[in-house]
Amino acid sequence: MMTLLHNDFVLEMIRLVLYAVGLIAFAAFNAAYLSLLERKIPSWFQLRYGPKEVGWWGLLQPVADGIKLLTKQLLVQRGADVVLFKLAPAMVVIPAIMCLATIPFSETLVPRNINLGLLVIFSFSAIHVIGTMLGGWASYNKYASIAAARVVAQNIAYEIPLLLILVSLVMITHSFNLHTIVDQQAGGFWRWNVLRLSASPLMPVAFIIYFICMLAESNRAPFDMVEAESELIAGAFTEYSGMGFGLFFIAEYANIVVGCALGTILFLGGWHCPFGLLPGLHWFLIKMYFLCFTVIWVRWSFPRTQFYGLLNLSWKVLIPIALANLMITAIMLKLF
Amino acid sequence: MWNYFKLIATGSWSLAVGMWIVLRHAFKRPVTVQYPYESVRLPARYRGHIELKREAAGGQPKCVACLACQRACPSGCIALDGVKPEGAPRKVLTLYTLNFTTCSLCGLCVESCAFDALQFSKDYNLASVRKEDYQMDLLTPGEKHS
Amino acid sequence: MSIEAKSIHRETFVINLGPQHPATHGVLRIKLTMDGEYIDDAEPIIGYGHRMQEKMGENRTYAKFLPNTARMDYVAALFNSQGYVGAVERLAGITVPERAEYIRVITAELNRVASHLLWAGAFLIDLGGFTPLLYTFDDREQILDLLESVTGARLTFCYYRFGGVCNDIDDEFVAGTRQFISRLRSRMPMYHALITKNIIFRKRCEGIGPITADVCRRYGGTGPVLRGAGVAYDVRKAEPYSVYPQFDFNVPVYPEGDCMARYRVRMDEIVESLRIIEQALDKLPAGPVMAEKVPRFLKPPKGECTFTVESARGSFGVRAISDGTDKAYRMKLRSPCFSNLSLFQECSRGMLLADALALLGSLDLVIPDIDR
Repeated sequence: MMTLLHNDFVLEMIRLVLYAVGLIAFAAFNAAYLSLLERKIPSWFQLRYGPKEVGWWGLLQPVADGIKLLTKQLLVQRGADVVLFKLAPAMVVIPAIMCLATIPFSETLVPRNINLGLLVIFSFSAIHVIGTMLGGWASYNKYASIAAARVVAQNIAYEIPLLLILVSLVMITHSFNLHTIVDQQAGGFWRWNVLRLSASPLMPVAFIIYFICMLAESNRAPFDMVEAESELIAGAFTEYSGMGFGLFFIAEYANIVVGCALGTILFLGGWHCPFGLLPGLHWFLIKMYFLCFTVIWVRWSFPRTQFYGLLNLSWKVLIPIALANLMITAIMLKLF
Repeated sequence: MWNYFKLIATGSWSLAVGMWIVLRHAFKRPVTVQYPYESVRLPARYRGHIELKREAAGGQPKCVACLACQRACPSGCIALDGVKPEGAPRKVLTLYTLNFTTCSLCGLCVESCAFDALQFSKDYNLASVRKEDYQMDLLTPGEKHS
Repeated sequence: MSIEAKSIHRETFVINLGPQHPATHGVLRIKLTMDGEYIDDAEPIIGYGHRMQEKMGENRTYAKFLPNTARMDYVAALFNSQGYVGAVERLAGITVPERAEYIRVITAELNRVASHLLWAGAFLIDLGGFTPLLYTFDDREQILDLLESVTGARLTFCYYRFGGVCNDIDDEFVAGTRQFISRLRSRMPMYHALITKNIIFRKRCEGIGPITADVCRRYGGTGPVLRGAGVAYDVRKAEPYSVYPQFDFNVPVYPEGDCMARYRVRMDEIVESLRIIEQALDKLPAGPVMAEKVPRFLKPPKGECTFTVESARGSFGVRAISDGTDKAYRMKLRSPCFSNLSLFQECSRGMLLADALALLGSLDLVIPDIDR
């Protein structure tokens, strides 16, 4: 037994299993409690109380919701493509959890420190679009089909400015490794990438563009064309019931967590303290959940954009500015 | 070109202002009333279903069974009857039922009453799953007519 | 934004918007023939909430029809009552005491403010913004509290009577109304900052769903829809009724004809209504609130009359024909929502689904008012 534990391979296996379980639990926990916050925070904005009956301060509400979703019958619409219809939720939720595997939560807490971590995240996050599209398409429902067509156009439009921003960021950091990127930002908030004006004066704008693209990528309001409840009932998820819908729900919040975690790592100094003191996991979580709060805050402040307004924003505003940022970064790098 | 940047600037500013307004509301007290635990004060003129006014002495209904309310009711949901005992000055009510399933709470019956014998109830927790619960016998309040 | 590509094989499909749909606020069904996300044809199918109100008005006595009027346009119930009561009074030749007319104006204008506030919130929900609804509801609740203290009901008021109103207002109501006026006035800048200036809202409304004065003329569109198309027609000014000539107020007009114009008309009308209420409270005369000698069982002489009021949604007209009995021979109710909906089919052609829903929301439809 002891010899087994000294075997590197076995240790690595145990580590992997623990991380896998931990990440899935983290994603599910976030989905549960961000959904509670998604009801609590707007209730403060809207002068009401929000859920408060199930458990103290409504803390058991996600459990009640989960039990409700689990007890619901899984209906498959007649005429739907059964295989794709059932596969789609998994295709949405798995990439989101995979993305978490490369996120460095702190100096030592990294499930998998990959040299091309940034690239891995963006490869995986592109898959959930296909999952949503297939789910909508396989539902055999007109609302869902319209939403499926929307989600593709929307995500293609917003991958471009996102990647342009990241290209300029990688030019500055010279690395795709998330751990290295965070390490470069140690020692106070003025060294964070968001304020690295010596590299490009447009860095704060780049962060805002990243945030907007992240909202659009994870189909959050004001870009929630996929759900658009006042137009398309529940969009691509109209025909899903029970845990099929629940998985889409988990994926939505997992995507938000991934997006906010990545924003923290790339722009806000990861696990480093703003004043150079006591770096650690807590700073990472504080920054990440502040970004999550902002996501919810934005959702409950604005109406939904039009579909073409969203594309106009991407092609006419975000992409030109991102390109300008790229050019300026390149010139600054060459000059200084 | 100038307009393009101006639109971006004013647009972003308007979004920031909107977020600020919404955030400011987060620090105000909630205005909702937590219904089963607390309820709002009903105004004096609240129009609930009707109930019979009774004499201060004896508790007899003031109603003289003139049938004015029955005639005034647009929905025909009031049924009443009275008999005149020997030697009594006026009719005595023997039946007064309100079919609350069809009542539209308009209050025309109360207005039509010339003897000040009807008033509005303040009872609004009237949910039930049985239709029979709404055949209200106003002569013996508290008991459901079936 | 129509697609002109006749050579390409086009395949349209039909989508049912409603009878149960988040955007229709009731049991309205719109059969959309869609070409992708563009609307080829939008056919409103109505009648899910039809209760034969006109027929009911013909087979029950005049007084018994009173509660029904509150159940057509239930968001602005007092205007329907005002129109009906006004028509019957004209038919029977009843003069209303001045104090009663003032009270009618105050309560009706309060109801208009409540209706527009509800609309602003519901319109934002159509556009996907949820929070403003709760703020407008907060203000609207204050109005409903005030009206409840006078009428006894929060929605189906049934307050006006032939010859006056059934309850007098008290000092508490007057003070509360004044307090509400100053409260709402101080909140209007917040609404403008949160909604009107919001770039997303502006993009979703400016230039969207244009309705011309000509379209309004052909379909009979009235109210904010017509005033948002640049025609300064307001029944309160065009054929004044009640005591409206005694008040100083403007009729907001915006010539653009888009959703934003209709939104601005309604927001300005809230301010104008507050002005009317304030003037009415200042000038409120003493006296009875009910005309003397109104017969208990009304039998208007033979004849016919039309009475139109400016409801929150447009002109609400009542045409009553009396044959001398206690029931009307004919009771025609002209509801503004029906006419405003009928122009949707023509105006939504070639629009995107999301924009068409903005147009539908900006018409301010109350479905039971369409169906009656």
